[in-house]
Amino acid sequence: MSEERLFSLKNRWFTGSVAGLVLLMLLSAAVGFIWLPRAQTQRDLAGVWDAICSATGVAAPFSPPALPDSEAIRSSNVVVAPGMMASADTQSVGRGATLAMQCTMCHGARGMSPAEAPHLAGQVAAATYKQLRDFKSGHRSSAVMQPMVTRLDDRDMRDLAAYYAFLPRDHVVAPGDASPGDASPGDASPGDASPAPVLVSNGAPMRAIAACSACHAQGVHKAAVPLLDGQPAVYLEAQLSAFHGAARHNDINEQMRNATRRLTPEEIRLLAAYYASH
Amino acid sequence: MSTIKPVSSAPLFCRHLVLTHFWVAFAAFFLALLLGEWQMFIRSPLRHWLGDPELYYRSVTAHGSAMAYVLPTLVAMGFGYAIVETALKQRLIGLRWAWAGLILVVVGTVTAMLPVSLGLATVLYTFYPPLIGNPFYYIGIVLVVVGSWVWVGLMAVNLQAWKRANPGAPIPLPMFANVAGAYLWAWTSLGAAIEILCQILPVALGFRSTIDAGLARVFFSWTLHAIVYFWLIPAYIAYYTLVPRAIGGRLYSDTMARISFVLFLVFSMPIGIHHLFQDPQVGAGIKFLHAVLTVMVSVPTFLTVFTICASVEIAGRLRGGRGLLGWLAALPWKNPMMLAVALSFVMLGFGGAGGLINMSYELNFAVHNTQWVTGHFHLIFGGAIVIMYFAVAYDLWPHLTGKALLEGAMMRTQLWLWGIGMVILTFPWHVVGIMGMPRRMAFYDYADPALAAMALQVILSVIGGLLLVVSGTLFVLVLLRGHRGETIALPEYRYSAPLHALARLPVALNSFALWLALMVGLTIVNYGVPIYQLMGIQQTSVPAISSGSGR
Repeated sequence: MSEERLFSLKNRWFTGSVAGLVLLMLLSAAVGFIWLPRAQTQRDLAGVWDAICSATGVAAPFSPPALPDSEAIRSSNVVVAPGMMASADTQSVGRGATLAMQCTMCHGARGMSPAEAPHLAGQVAAATYKQLRDFKSGHRSSAVMQPMVTRLDDRDMRDLAAYYAFLPRDHVVAPGDASPGDASPGDASPGDASPAPVLVSNGAPMRAIAACSACHAQGVHKAAVPLLDGQPAVYLEAQLSAFHGAARHNDINEQMRNATRRLTPEEIRLLAAYYASH
Repeated sequence: MSTIKPVSSAPLFCRHLVLTHFWVAFAAFFLALLLGEWQMFIRSPLRHWLGDPELYYRSVTAHGSAMAYVLPTLVAMGFGYAIVETALKQRLIGLRWAWAGLILVVVGTVTAMLPVSLGLATVLYTFYPPLIGNPFYYIGIVLVVVGSWVWVGLMAVNLQAWKRANPGAPIPLPMFANVAGAYLWAWTSLGAAIEILCQILPVALGFRSTIDAGLARVFFSWTLHAIVYFWLIPAYIAYYTLVPRAIGGRLYSDTMARISFVLFLVFSMPIGIHHLFQDPQVGAGIKFLHAVLTVMVSVPTFLTVFTICASVEIAGRLRGGRGLLGWLAALPWKNPMMLAVALSFVMLGFGGAGGLINMSYELNFAVHNTQWVTGHFHLIFGGAIVIMYFAVAYDLWPHLTGKALLEGAMMRTQLWLWGIGMVILTFPWHVVGIMGMPRRMAFYDYADPALAAMALQVILSVIGGLLLVVSGTLFVLVLLRGHRGETIALPEYRYSAPLHALARLPVALNSFALWLALMVGLTIVNYGVPIYQLMGIQQTSVPAISSGSGR
């Protein structure tokens, strides 16, 4: 048996298997690369070469613009991506601290607001940065914030965000923020030990409302998503209502407008109370 | 290393090695089985929503990694070592290397499972870039694969040594199939290895922040389909070389068996893009080529079904069965191997039919990314293949422990439970897939009218899974009891005899060079083109999303 040579034209196993396979491949290639693409009448193919290229997956020339031209149509100018914020250095935090002197009136000396404005201490840097950019470009409107940000450049806003992210979050629940008696009983009652409302943990799939905790939770790391825990209830309720009525529209892909569109005013109040007390 | 020592009497010389492989494999299997049933339960209507989807996906990652990488690799390795000794009748060359390979697999498993259990690598076992987990998860998987490459090398070395000692003689069928499986694994594991080493690890270690997810998926598909045939080879070895012997029949055709295994070698590799039918980055012509070759891989499966049915019929007639179907009644249905192969064929039949639907370009649109797909691979792998792993373990066990394994009734109960449980688990799973239930989701709201009709099927699946847990527990119990049986004098471990003794074997069916050349050639054509094509496109990388680390 050992004298029988495998890779020889006299070996029928060799010639048969190779020829069979080559034939199979040529036939399939003729069908897949020439016949099928040309048989699809909606395709505008000039010739055989075009058909082969299209079936191979050669990309057609890219034709911009994919995004609307007008800034007004876009919900934000900020490109949100993981790693959009460089890791903060002490110089950045220091500059941010100096710049933050003008913010203390509303946001507090150490980023904890005494005035129902959002607490910025410990907030995700990308979230703070995106809101500053949106205030400046006008994608988010606020009579108070817009004059504050007009003179900030990109570095200023990054430094401010880095500074506030650096500050420790004091877990203070102001007495006015939430009164447990207001909320409905059962699994929806606020408080650290109580379970989250179903809207937070499950959403309401029948109304196409995603779970809040899918993005807004300590363990979930999505770019530029703010932490809501402990924010003033008044502020949260105002923002949810603004998204609900589309008065606020700087949410990319309408995420928040979609999530809040079918919330009832009672649910908005409940959610605000839950996050404020949490 | 080069001197070959003949094997004397049983139990096997390398029994500790094989036993350790099997026990590690079955321990991983049992833990993963419990996780699987927990997952079924947690997303069923029987329980209120878990609340934290991360926990669910963490469990899926551990279940998939253990079942897909650890269990089949270790069973193939352990069975392969046993085959060297029992089929070639020579002592395993490189016993220390084999232990080193096993240690690599075990260390790799632990290294991978630590970050998974800590929630740092919730990426599912198919990795899903741009999702990036803790680097130790990927390093662990690489160690498992490298450990199995040691086995591939040892299989080649042992076969060469045998060939030198027996020039021109036909390679015993179990070893021929075993080495075909080893070579298939060596080549198919390369795709995922390239993906991990060149694309994922640089990102996971922080050298890069973007990844070409489309290209990564093409590399993974290189591994993803042929890995199934690597899982399947030990089951097919059992069909051809253990079943006919165990039930008192003859192997209908030794040549047909060899042709099936070389066809697997050639056709199982260059077809993986049928997993990417909905991926826009791959050209339609490439997808068509892969679909055609996927049809071809059903040929060796049909050959096997025919050959094994014929072999079983021979056994039935030798036992006095008469008439068109009378031989069926004459079969030794109390024999666990008979039961295992019958249940395995039922599941292979339904699973194979489902597979033909998956690989059909247009039907695939209907089932893509639905629960149908999950049902399909549980039926084929968890059902048809794993039940043969059980049978192999039962068959080998006395030769590994040197003790009698007299748990016939318990084995039959276990196998029946596995077969029935798998059908109850996967058939409703297919049905909800057709109804449109998506896969890879942690929560389903069965109060929704669109999903309410699926609640009953999902509950059935949970019950099927429960039967599997009972069966898995029985399996472990049988094996444990096998260690406590009375010591017996064992006959030599034998494989099936062919109906017609091999007079002369063409060199093509007694060597691998031709088939390996065709396998590599087909891969270069079918994967070279799309990979070259994708690497040429600019700006295809996307930012990586890290799992479980900082923002």
